[in-house]
Amino acid sequence: MNNQYDAIVIGGGHNGLVAAAYLARAGKKTLVLEKRYLVGGASVTEEIFPGFKFTVFSYVVSLFRPEIIRELNLPAHGLTILPLESTLTPTLDGRDYLYRDGDHYQTLRNIARFSQRDADAYDEYARYMYFMAKAVRYIMGIIPPDPTTFNPKDMMGLVDMARHFLNLDQDQLYVLAKLMTMSAADFVEQWFESEPLKATLSASGIIGTFLGPRSPGTAYVLLHHYMGEIDGAYRAWGFHKGGTGGLAQTLARAAEAQGAEIRCNAGVSKVLVKNGRAYGVVLENGDEIHAPLVLSSLDPKQTFLNLVEPNQLPDDLVGAVRRFQTLGSSGKVNLALDRLPELACRPGPGRHLAGAISMSPNLDIIEQAYDDAKYGNFSRRPYMDVIIPSMIDPDMAPPGKHVMSCFVQYAPYKLADGEWTDEKREAFGDAVVNVLETAFPDIKDIILHRQVLTPVDIERTTGITQGNIFHGELNLSQLFFLRPAAGYAKYRTPIKGYYQCGSGTHPGGGIMGAPGRLGALEALKGGH
Amino acid sequence: MPLPTPFHTRTSAVCESYEWRNWSGYLSAGIYEMSHDREYYAIRNSAALIDVSPLYKYEITGPDAARLVDRVITRDVTRQKIGQIYYTPWCDSDGKVIDDGTVSRLDTNHFRITSADPNWRWFKDVGYGLNADVVNVSDDLAALSLQGPRSRAILQEVVSGIDFANLKYFHLAHGQVEGFPITVTRTGYTGDLGYELWVRPEYAERLWDRLIEHGTGHDILPAGIIPMDIARVEAGLIMIAVDYISSQHAVIESQKSSPYEIGLGWAVSPRKGDFIGRRALAKERERGSLWGFVGVQYDWATLERLFAEEDLPPHVAGRASRSAVPVYEAGNSSHHIGQITTHTFSPVLKQYIGIGTLLNPHTQIGNRVDVEVTVEFKRKRCPATIVPTPFFDPPRKKA
Repeated sequence: MNNQYDAIVIGGGHNGLVAAAYLARAGKKTLVLEKRYLVGGASVTEEIFPGFKFTVFSYVVSLFRPEIIRELNLPAHGLTILPLESTLTPTLDGRDYLYRDGDHYQTLRNIARFSQRDADAYDEYARYMYFMAKAVRYIMGIIPPDPTTFNPKDMMGLVDMARHFLNLDQDQLYVLAKLMTMSAADFVEQWFESEPLKATLSASGIIGTFLGPRSPGTAYVLLHHYMGEIDGAYRAWGFHKGGTGGLAQTLARAAEAQGAEIRCNAGVSKVLVKNGRAYGVVLENGDEIHAPLVLSSLDPKQTFLNLVEPNQLPDDLVGAVRRFQTLGSSGKVNLALDRLPELACRPGPGRHLAGAISMSPNLDIIEQAYDDAKYGNFSRRPYMDVIIPSMIDPDMAPPGKHVMSCFVQYAPYKLADGEWTDEKREAFGDAVVNVLETAFPDIKDIILHRQVLTPVDIERTTGITQGNIFHGELNLSQLFFLRPAAGYAKYRTPIKGYYQCGSGTHPGGGIMGAPGRLGALEALKGGH
Repeated sequence: MPLPTPFHTRTSAVCESYEWRNWSGYLSAGIYEMSHDREYYAIRNSAALIDVSPLYKYEITGPDAARLVDRVITRDVTRQKIGQIYYTPWCDSDGKVIDDGTVSRLDTNHFRITSADPNWRWFKDVGYGLNADVVNVSDDLAALSLQGPRSRAILQEVVSGIDFANLKYFHLAHGQVEGFPITVTRTGYTGDLGYELWVRPEYAERLWDRLIEHGTGHDILPAGIIPMDIARVEAGLIMIAVDYISSQHAVIESQKSSPYEIGLGWAVSPRKGDFIGRRALAKERERGSLWGFVGVQYDWATLERLFAEEDLPPHVAGRASRSAVPVYEAGNSSHHIGQITTHTFSPVLKQYIGIGTLLNPHTQIGNRVDVEVTVEFKRKRCPATIVPTPFFDPPRKKA
């Protein structure tokens, strides 16, 4: 086996694959090393129960950068993002619901059933979010300049950015400032009063975080989920054909088409460093592979504390990474269903089951779910974002059968009463199904198989530290030039030839690909 | 007043948008839902059920049926096998295209022709003196198009008596659905795996119901002609009265087109026996055609920039536009070289694409041209490249 390459990418998740494609495209002989039997990392689709395909961890796409789609010609390699345009929020008793979809006026009428005021405010809110998404879209494509240095490049970057934001009018700048600092609940309450709408909109602000909808800072996370863009339409969400594993396969084919090589079942145990310069990696089986460029798409703790010896790094970085908040808070429950489940509030099949079903009846329920987590318990009545992938893509389950994907919060990585056990995991799974039952009374009768994943399971399977789906909280304190650590936010590391390209770098998590692309472009610049 | 098709009780029950189109005098759903996305993706991802009953349909029978059809169309009927289907144009005696459609050879001397315009009189006139009958069966046949990767799986559950694994692209077979007869042709207007289903109108509703019933597990959706329009551009398929004008409707000579000028040169068999337009087309081959058919891909980076000039994101995703736009020689806006007649954002390709006609030799693959785009009422020019069609051509189409 050839063991000399120009570039090695550690981790075959979506960012690792994107990075590899860009490196190979630039003519580098590139190798991706993935510890599991398949690529994808947290973007995998697996047939956990015969005939039923689970989009195991991540499940929807929106944030994926359009420039990557075109630069790597992903449509030619199978990119297919199917529309997921509706959101249905059942009320607490499951008897009523708020439904929003592409039928604009019907959506306004549906909102008006809960509050005429909210219906009237809906378009204004959407317009502000459009401005915000447009404003921050710029940041997604740049290497974050550091405001604390007097490096001319950083200064120029800051000037560019300032110029960009000064294009916003005053009103919009205020909204942006609020988004950066407020809680998601306070933010949406500036417009809305009805519970199902407020709770469902604010829920975007807690996804993947260890915060509640009333915690300051969550408005930014809400914005993070609005930055997605499909075909020029902001905040559009989609489902990749075959699940997010389908997207990973697309990226793998694109990387291979550029000449990259992908090796699965090849976990990396250490990055080889000599005289402050990386020169390759050692695999878990002891094999050495050499390359002058080594990129880690793993999370910052893996990248800096496990793959290299902390004594090879400056103390400030080691300290910052150790303090980097990574506590996972999200769980996932995947169900194989014998038939299409039936909503009590809207019986029968229909396209409302081909969109998102948000178990967010009111703000208090979500905040209370967070209260449980705050004190080290999984939520007794968790918040959930549910989709039925087989209603969107017939390849996910046999005809007439279905799969259901439930993203669940909160399931803290650390429990107050000791480790996660099989019993606790199943109790968590029961809590999830009990909440589902409030909306789908028949759900318990039709479950053929149940897969319950806690942050500990996410960590065990994917390797992501503490199972944090974003590789680290999306707090303002951990974003932009502070992600993952002040002074180390530009994909480089103090070790020459060793780069970062994972979600723990700017602009952060979600299936975005931007860290992979920007990390690879920075590595290609070289120069140190 | 447009008339209902034989499927109207079913299509009207699910047409939430009330966006009906008048297709040859029949009510045809433009889209069923309020936005076209799901119906479009049904074509590419699962299965789309499209009512195509308004097509004109003719049956030609009699001892001279094959001779008549051979005189009408530009393809060679003597080589057409029973059960085979031709897609073909037909021309006037000047070699200008009157219409295009499919010709199914049901038997040695039994043909079924579909067309976009009425053609009964033309077929009768061409057949003057031949012992063949031309019957307009438009109202005797209800037609459904089932398109998409799951179309075969659904038909295998619904239709008996047909070996779908061996029903080849552009071939037909006869079967039964609950005892009533059905003809299945492996044809369509989407460039995907797909079939068209032909039954007597009295069976139309039962056919629809069975397809929906068995298709639900395959995520079938009724789809209107607006999403189909996007798919047909991706497939590089032209539409009469949009991408070319029938020589029988043209009011000036320059509006007429030969098959060579609309991308159907491959469907002209110069060595077959005499047919209408043969001599004119032979002459055109000698001296070369004035126009040629092209597919263009817009330069996305420029398109983004043109929108950014107005402080807008590249908001282009939507329906296919049938408003023709002028095309200029690259970098030379005073030299008009043709037009893009249909253009659309392609959701599967993530590119903005178009089809049209350009003066030769600007039609060469790889040639760069400037296409007019309008952003905020301002006319701008976007560079585009001539690319081969179909733009989207999945292996499953013919597999």
